[in-house]
Amino acid sequence: MITDDELCRKVIEVLAQEFELDPEEMVPEATLYDDLGLDSLDAVDMVVVLEKTFGMKVTDEAALRSIRTVDDLMQFVIRLRAEQSRA
Amino acid sequence: MVLNRVVITGRGAVSPFGLGVERLVENLWAGNSAVCVMEEWRGIEGLKSCIAAPVPPFDYKSLLPRTVRRSMGKMAIYANLATMEAVRDAGIDDELLKSGKTGAAIGSTTGSPAVYEKFYARYLPNNAFEGIKSGEFFKMMGHTCTANVCLALGIRGEQWAPVSACTSSSQAVGLGYLLVQTGRQEVVLCGGSEETHASVTGVFDLLRAASYRNDDPESACRPFDTGRDGVVCGGGSGILVLENYEHAKTRGAKIYGEIVGFGNVNDAGHIANPDKDSMVRAMKNAMDEAGLRAEDIDYVNAHATGTELGDVAEAAAIGVAVDSSTPVSSFKGHLGHTLGASGTLELIGVLEMMERGEILPTRNLEDVDPRCADARLETEKRKAEIRTVLKNNFALGGVNTSLAITKVNL
Repeated sequence: MITDDELCRKVIEVLAQEFELDPEEMVPEATLYDDLGLDSLDAVDMVVVLEKTFGMKVTDEAALRSIRTVDDLMQFVIRLRAEQSRA
Repeated sequence: MVLNRVVITGRGAVSPFGLGVERLVENLWAGNSAVCVMEEWRGIEGLKSCIAAPVPPFDYKSLLPRTVRRSMGKMAIYANLATMEAVRDAGIDDELLKSGKTGAAIGSTTGSPAVYEKFYARYLPNNAFEGIKSGEFFKMMGHTCTANVCLALGIRGEQWAPVSACTSSSQAVGLGYLLVQTGRQEVVLCGGSEETHASVTGVFDLLRAASYRNDDPESACRPFDTGRDGVVCGGGSGILVLENYEHAKTRGAKIYGEIVGFGNVNDAGHIANPDKDSMVRAMKNAMDEAGLRAEDIDYVNAHATGTELGDVAEAAAIGVAVDSSTPVSSFKGHLGHTLGASGTLELIGVLEMMERGEILPTRNLEDVDPRCADARLETEKRKAEIRTVLKNNFALGGVNTSLAITKVNL
């Protein structure tokens, strides 16, 4: 299984590609909406991309809605992987 | 009610010859054909027509930011780039564009067929919506081109999407003409857009109306020629800026022509077969509205797609509505049939003919079908004063349109 760091790098890579973002700008404190310019439609597609890339199921809508920054997203993905690999 | 005069002040194109009006015009004048073999279609069972005139690939990512492009399929991208060129050409500034005085009327046969394919390829075999992205609907919806143009360019006026297959863009121009004439808008960005796809050519193939000249693509579309065997579908987008004449004059805009009549009728007879009398009514209505007689018409740009039924009916209709001495040609031999974009892409060529004083012949017309003898069909490029034209476009579903356009005396 890949490490958390590798997982985070992969998240940056697929999202940078999907949303045509500069990976350099995707620092942990960057906000997805204001700093990176994503919106609610992009958030839906972000889930599609993450589910496809990592074979996860994202069902916790409340947790998803609470994501503000790149770091929030990383913690969310790390937690999700841990939960789903235990299952 | 005093009606405003309506003029054309801008042109934009994405055509089977590539990006921009200049490339379209250069290739038309060089007598080139954009039709090529579609190798990837050869494996489709039952599809016998494997030729088309697609827009050549280009780097659209560098031309439109992702934030607006994410809801666009190919046809909406074409419509946006053509509209941006038309707006630049007309010299419409940002203030006018976003003032609410400018509207848009841009049609297409359907939403993006490539996106439909992708959507249903995911949905149907799996009976599942998982994995489908949020933007797909916005690329598939019937008004995808006009909605995306309004969003990308900040157009806040009237938004329309005439959807009538091969008359989508001629109806868009007719609608824009009415909107400006009645003063609802000062400017309307009008046209249509289309993308090539096997399913689109397949529709014509199912109707036994597509060309099977797969071994000779550039000669495949042969309007009015005895050797013709059907339609070759093309893609692209043509956009015209329609404007209130007084408004255009005040701001010193270049005027390409004035729209003086619009005939738009249904034959109410057959869903697919062309109807000569209905074509006559469309042309007559356009001429009557403009107060034009047959001798006033210097040139007719025919719809003529290269089908036996359509070409013969249209030649006969021109003979009745106009006469047998007015020059006639079609651009389908060069461009194939760009369907919802054909009206405006071809009109751009017609406006150029008016400006240059030259008539272009129908490409691939070598042996005129004697049943088309009621129309004077041009086979050579030649000089001619062209002041007043008719532009015909017809569509499956019984639709017949004709636009009457004149030069403007300044």
